[in-house]
Amino acid sequence: MPFDVLLNDELAQRLVFSLRLPRLLSALCLGMSLSAAGGVMQMLFRNPLVEPGFLGVTQGAGFGAALCIIFLGTSPLLIETSATLFAVLGLLFSYFIARRIRFGGWVLRLILAGIAVSAFFSAGLGILKYLADPTSQLPEITFWLLGGLWSVTWPDLFYILPVVVIGLVIIYLMRWRLNLLSLGDETATSLGVSVKRERTLLLGVSVAITAVVVSVAGIVGWIGLIIPHIARRLVGANSANFIPVSISIGGAFAILCDNIARTLSAGEIPLGIITSLLGAVIFLILMVSPGMRLQR
Amino acid sequence: MIQPILTITDLEFSYEANQKNVLNAVSFEIQPGTITAILGPNGAGKTTLIHLLLGLRKPLSGSILLKNKPIGQYSRKELSQWIGLVPQSEYVPFEYSVLEYVLLGRAPYLNPLDLPGPFDVQIAREALIQVGIEHLEKRPIPELSGGELQLVLIARALAQKPKVLLLDEPTSHLDLSNRNITLQILNQLRLNGVTVLFTTHDPEASSLVANNLVLMRQGKVMHTGSLETTFTSQKLSETYGTRIDVIQVDGLPVVRSLEKLQ
Repeated sequence: MPFDVLLNDELAQRLVFSLRLPRLLSALCLGMSLSAAGGVMQMLFRNPLVEPGFLGVTQGAGFGAALCIIFLGTSPLLIETSATLFAVLGLLFSYFIARRIRFGGWVLRLILAGIAVSAFFSAGLGILKYLADPTSQLPEITFWLLGGLWSVTWPDLFYILPVVVIGLVIIYLMRWRLNLLSLGDETATSLGVSVKRERTLLLGVSVAITAVVVSVAGIVGWIGLIIPHIARRLVGANSANFIPVSISIGGAFAILCDNIARTLSAGEIPLGIITSLLGAVIFLILMVSPGMRLQR
Repeated sequence: MIQPILTITDLEFSYEANQKNVLNAVSFEIQPGTITAILGPNGAGKTTLIHLLLGLRKPLSGSILLKNKPIGQYSRKELSQWIGLVPQSEYVPFEYSVLEYVLLGRAPYLNPLDLPGPFDVQIAREALIQVGIEHLEKRPIPELSGGELQLVLIARALAQKPKVLLLDEPTSHLDLSNRNITLQILNQLRLNGVTVLFTTHDPEASSLVANNLVLMRQGKVMHTGSLETTFTSQKLSETYGTRIDVIQVDGLPVVRSLEKLQ
C-alpha cells in the first residue's frame, strides 16, 4: 500500500490505526505470550507435553466467556473480564486441589488437579451450551471457543498489554535460571535456588499472561505446545537460548495465522483452526526431518 | 586439634508428624580434608541425612553446624557455595549438552538474572577435564551412558567449587571400572582439600577410599570412627544384620557375606 494513501485518506487511516494495528499487536502479544508460557511450563513441570492452559486456565476461560454471553451479554470487555476471572479461578482450584492430594510429587499432583478442574469446567461449558439460545448465543459461544482476533480494538489491547509486557520481561530476564528449575527440587536447591519462590513466580507469571491473552483471543490451541518445541529443535534445550527464539517465532506465527484467518476466505476463519492446522503440519515436518538444528 | 567442618548433634527427623523417626539421635563430626562414607543397608536413613545436610528438610530437633555456625543461618546461596551435591540419579527431560549442563553448577555465583560468562565456561571446562570427560562437551545428556552421566553430575558439582562435596550413592549403579574411576576422583578431590561425604550400601566402595566411616542402621548411628577401627566383621555384621566377614586381600580389607541362603 502506498504511504501517501495513508497520509491523505481518512478511511485508510481509520482502517489501519483503529482496526489493523491493534489487531496486529494483539496477535503479536498472543503468540509471544502463549509460546513463552508454554516454554516456561514445560521446563517447570519437566514435561515437554505440557501446554500453558492445562491447569484449568483454558477451560476456565471458556466457561467464563460462555457464562457471560448467556447471562450478561456479548460486550467484549465484559466477556474478557469474565473469562480472565474464571481462568484465574481454574488455576486456583487446581492449585488448592493439588495441595490436598496426599500422594505423588508436586508435578503429578498439579497435573492431576489440572485435568480434574479442566474436566469440571468443560462439563460446565457443555451445560451452558445446552442452555444457550441456539440462534444467537450458541454461535457466539462456539465462535469464541474457536478463537479469533476479529473484534479486537485498542481497549482490548490496553487490557492485556501491561500484564503481557511485565510477564514477558520477567520470563526473558530469568531465562537461564529456568534451566535450574527443570532439574528437580533436590538439585536446584543444592545449586542455591529458592525453588518454591522462583517456581511460584514463574508459574504465576506464565498463567497470568496466558489468562489475559486467552480472555481476548479465545481458545487458540497449539501455539503454546509446539512453538517451544520448534525453538528447541532450532537452538537446543538451554532455556537461555530457546526462550527468546520461542517468543519471537510465537509472535511471528500468530501474526501469520491471523492474517491467513482474515484473508483466506470472504468471511473470517476462526484463528484456532488455522493455528492448529499450520502448527501441526510444521511440527510434523520438523519432527521427521533429520538435522534440523542450527546449533551444535 | 583441627576444628571439624561439620558437626552433627542429636539429629531427629520424621517425614510425617506422629510417625516413627527416620533419624534418631544422629551425631557425628566431619574433619576437613577427609573422605567419610556413610555406610548402611537400604532404608537406614542415609539419603534423608543428606537432605538435612543440604537444608532441603528441617530436622525435628538437633543441630547441624557448618564451621561452627548452624546451616540455617547461611543463605541458600552461601550454603550452595559451601556444599555441593551429586544426586543419586537425575532425570533430565531435555537435551542439554554436557557443557550447558555442567555450567548450571555456576548458579551459586550468579544472580537470578545473570547469564554465565566466559569465566564460568572456563571453570566448567576445567571441571570436565578434572573428571576426564572434556571430549564429551558437546554431547547431549540423554545419549550418555550411566557411567558418563555420573561423571557429568560430579563435574557439575565441581563447577560449584564446593568445600564440602556430598554424594548420594555415587557408585551404586556403576560397573566396577566406572566405580573405580569415581572413587579415584574422590581421592583426588580430597588431596585438593575438598571434604568428601558419600553414602553407600556397598562396604567395599567405602573401604577403598574412605578415611572415616559412619555406620547407620534404621535411622541410628551404630558406629563411627576411622576405617581401621570401624571396618570390622563385628561392626559390619551388626550394621547389616547379616553375617559379614572382613578379610585381607593384598593388604586391603575385603568383605564376604557368609550367610547361607535358605
